[in-house]
Parts: sequence; C-alpha cells; structure tokens
Amino acid sequence: MKLLYFAWIRQKTGIGEEQVSLPANVSDVGGLIDWLRVRDATFSAALEDVSALRVAVNQEFATFDTKIMDRDEVALFPPMTGG
Amino acid sequence: MVVRVQSEDFDTGRELDQLTDGHTKIGGLVSFTGLVRDLGGEQAIQAMTLEHYPGMTEKLLSEIETKALGRWPLSKSLIIHRYGKLFPGDKIVLVATASAHRLAAFEACEFLIDWLKTKAPFWKLEEGSDGAAWVEARKSDDYAAARWIGPENQSK
Repeated sequence: MKLLYFAWIRQKTGIGEEQVSLPANVSDVGGLIDWLRVRDATFSAALEDVSALRVAVNQEFATFDTKIMDRDEVALFPPMTGG
Repeated sequence: MVVRVQSEDFDTGRELDQLTDGHTKIGGLVSFTGLVRDLGGEQAIQAMTLEHYPGMTEKLLSEIETKALGRWPLSKSLIIHRYGKLFPGDKIVLVATASAHRLAAFEACEFLIDWLKTKAPFWKLEEGSDGAAWVEARKSDDYAAARWIGPENQSK
C-alpha cells in the first residue's frame, strides 16, 4: 500500500511517502491509523488528534469506515487551506 | 473549462483575454484573484509555501468546476492555482467564469473559490518573524462553502 502524508503530518513524521504491506487484520482507514500509531511513537504523536485528520483513498475523500486494500493509495492530511 | 496547477506566476489580463477570445456569446466575465497577504493573524508574513497533493488536486478542481457547470450556464471557466514558495503580493489563485449574463458568472465564481478553499488539497505554511506555522482551516471558510449547499446537492 502506498501511504502519503501532507503538511504538518508529513513534517511531524518526517515522511512524505512510504510503501507498507497492509496487515491482514486491517480492513479500513480507522484500522490503518490505529496500526500506524502502534507501529511508531512519532506517528502516535502526529496522528493523536483524529479530529484534525482528513483522509483520501485513491484520491477520493474517505472516512475512517472506508474499506481499504493493499493496492490502494491512502493519504493522511490536515483540513485543507487552499485558495 | 480549464484547470491548471502550477508553480509559475500567471498574467491575469492575458489569461482572461484568452478565455473569452472569439466567444461572442459571452456577455459577462467575472474573476477572483487570491493574493499572499503580509499579515497572518498577528504575525508579519515573509513568505508562504503552498503544498498540494499532485493528482488529487487536479481531480478535485475539475470536479468542482464540473459542479459549477451543472449549476450555472457558463460559457467558459478557468481555475489556476499555484504551489511552492510565494511572497506577499504574489498571486495564489485565479478563478474566472464567463456567461451570457452577469448573474451566473458572479455566482459561479464565488461558488468556485468558496468550494476550492475547503475541498482542494492545498496546505499553507506561513513563515514570519516568529517562525513557520501551518495555516489552520477557518470556520468562516466552511460557512462560506456551506451556503452553496442547496437541495440539488444535498440529495447527492
């Protein structure tokens, strides 16, 4: 799975993009975030406030309930501030 | 309809002229240009860096534009959004809409800028005298976008 991080999530984790193998017991976005937080203390801190998290799966806005598979592209980012 | 995401500056006058050139059914052209301010909250801003999600940005902007075209009788529309490091006075975004009559062009232009502010995957990092800080999303921008949610969108 391709994971992308933007803005302060990228800055706090020090990673913009990574490839991971999705664990068999992870089937949705919420599960992925829980797994990332357990995997790494930096991620645990960066992803602590889930109310400040926005998610896209394959470049479509998604929720924590959105189902994911190993071939998906998942991006985590804060609320957008364009314009 | 045209969507461009680029780091380079653009010439507003030339872009607007090109948009309407040869399209004599257009009676009104409205544009909005967003600029980098030199003040963010209490802090003087020296620079602003815009980060975006390549691929999704273009997709989202096209979707937003398609929504506008479904709602107003537009002859032409244009969205140019810059990314990278910008300085006070620099142009960030240009939204332009052209229609036979002004009302559709005014409304669609407002709709496009309101929606892209809350939906397009851009993030602003402001650098000032107190260091660098990510701009937080504003509730007022959410309210501005929400006023365009009519019955036709709620059903989707």
